[in-house]
Amino acid sequence: MIKYPIEAIRKDFPILSRPVNGRPLVYFDNGATSQTPTQVVKAMEKVYLEINSNIHRGVHTLSNLCTEAFEDARKKVAKYIGAASEKEVIFTRGTTEAINLVAQSFGETFLGKDDEIIISAMEHHSNIVPWQLLQKRAGITLRIIPVNDDGSLDMEEFYNLLNPKTKLVAVTHLSNVLGTINPVEEIIEAAHNINVPVLIDGAQAIQHLPVDVQKLDCDFYAFSGHKLYGPTGIGILYGKEKWLNQMEPWQGGGEMIQSVSFEKTTFNELPYKFEAGTPDYVAAIGIGAAMDYIRSIGLDIISEYEAELYQYAFDRLSSIEGMQFYGTAEKRTSLISFLIKGIHPFDAGTLLDKMGIAVRTGHHCAQPLMDRFNIPGTIRASFGLYNTKKEVDALVDGLTKVKQLFG
Amino acid sequence: MTIKEIQDEIVDEFSMLTDWMDKYSLLIEIGNELDSFEEEHRTEQNLIEGCQSKVWLHAWLEDDKIRFMADSDAIIVKGIVSLLIRILDKRTPDEILNSELFFIDEIGLKEHLSPTRSNGLVSMVKQMRMYALAFKTKMEN
Repeated sequence: MIKYPIEAIRKDFPILSRPVNGRPLVYFDNGATSQTPTQVVKAMEKVYLEINSNIHRGVHTLSNLCTEAFEDARKKVAKYIGAASEKEVIFTRGTTEAINLVAQSFGETFLGKDDEIIISAMEHHSNIVPWQLLQKRAGITLRIIPVNDDGSLDMEEFYNLLNPKTKLVAVTHLSNVLGTINPVEEIIEAAHNINVPVLIDGAQAIQHLPVDVQKLDCDFYAFSGHKLYGPTGIGILYGKEKWLNQMEPWQGGGEMIQSVSFEKTTFNELPYKFEAGTPDYVAAIGIGAAMDYIRSIGLDIISEYEAELYQYAFDRLSSIEGMQFYGTAEKRTSLISFLIKGIHPFDAGTLLDKMGIAVRTGHHCAQPLMDRFNIPGTIRASFGLYNTKKEVDALVDGLTKVKQLFG
Repeated sequence: MTIKEIQDEIVDEFSMLTDWMDKYSLLIEIGNELDSFEEEHRTEQNLIEGCQSKVWLHAWLEDDKIRFMADSDAIIVKGIVSLLIRILDKRTPDEILNSELFFIDEIGLKEHLSPTRSNGLVSMVKQMRMYALAFKTKMEN
């Protein structure tokens, strides 16, 4: 096995060496936002300092250079996720906007009263609320795959829910609360057997697991830049060309049109049809640089390192008395949700922060899942490619101290 | 004691503690000592829901003074709730409406009353002032 270059990696993230509340920072909130390596910041800085100009249609040199860098980023994304063509890669503001795009556009084109959409009980609000809005607009019905006690999906119930009225399945690849890796291959295959397309929310998966959209055969795949060591404000919607071509545009403006007159407007081809207005080309170039960064280390090596770190963290945390884990399914990775008996997650999070340890507490934008487990929230430690066992030890020590404070 | 004097007293109590752990230990202790909340008042109407923790606030009028009873599911929040009650309980509506709360800042717990810390405390203070305004209007009529 190749030695994982952890020291070199940590040097790429200057923020990791800053103190917080007088203590060395332990950053375990990667599920919310990951840190950005110097390489990505430099790539974006270069755009502003050397080639900044509005993309497309410009005849001057800077515009051409910037357009080239922007389209090059799209190619990098296409390659990273194994898309058949870069036409299938649409830049959005994030995962949330990507899912909203599908809800609006796919909804408008294909869905009506009595049609059903299947989601799961472990979805982030971003993969619930857009469908609820569609429910209001188009009168569709939402069906929910239940979650088992161990945090896995009740697949038997999924098969029961699939029926001729089902028009779309939208599920998360990796739960942002439980860490469960869902059997998306099986879900996609079953849905496709009755010609139902599938959207995968990949916000928590794309940075930890190898994703090949053609192998998966998913119809849509959504994710964000800021959880992938890239910039904030940028995300990706991958969509199969056959769907995107049929779907109505969802926002109108510049770039997405071919010609405009007051009598008739015709729309541009893919992917521009879905990119109205000047996109955040700097962040798009940033996401390309983030993918370059991950590839330079190797996602397979990262996955392996993170899996080991995850197991170590789980074992160490298990030794704390009163520890209750949420999410113990067989296949899981990257983040651990837990509660300690008698301690409110807010109190634990506040005190850990005083020790320089950043975790997330609360409902993690998944209130239906909290209701399912009948808890107000959890403490969540989510890991990234730069975290270490030493940091896990600091978390365990921190929690021990929290317990002492509570007597 | 006036609202200002009680706040000065609290600032004094905390000023002796320089270590954050001692400060939070005291806050946890204060939280644990808060008068128990009468269950009949744990209603939807009295609930102030923060993103991170919940606060329950009940208010009533007693001899032209406003009385408060409150609770939280998080102990640190409960500690601050307890301090707020020590300062604002048994006051006239005008005293509350004219008060300025500076103790949180001065004891170094400012982050808990910032609007970004969605623990329900900001809404609780707002709600206490709303009660003062409502009781004042009621008393004037």
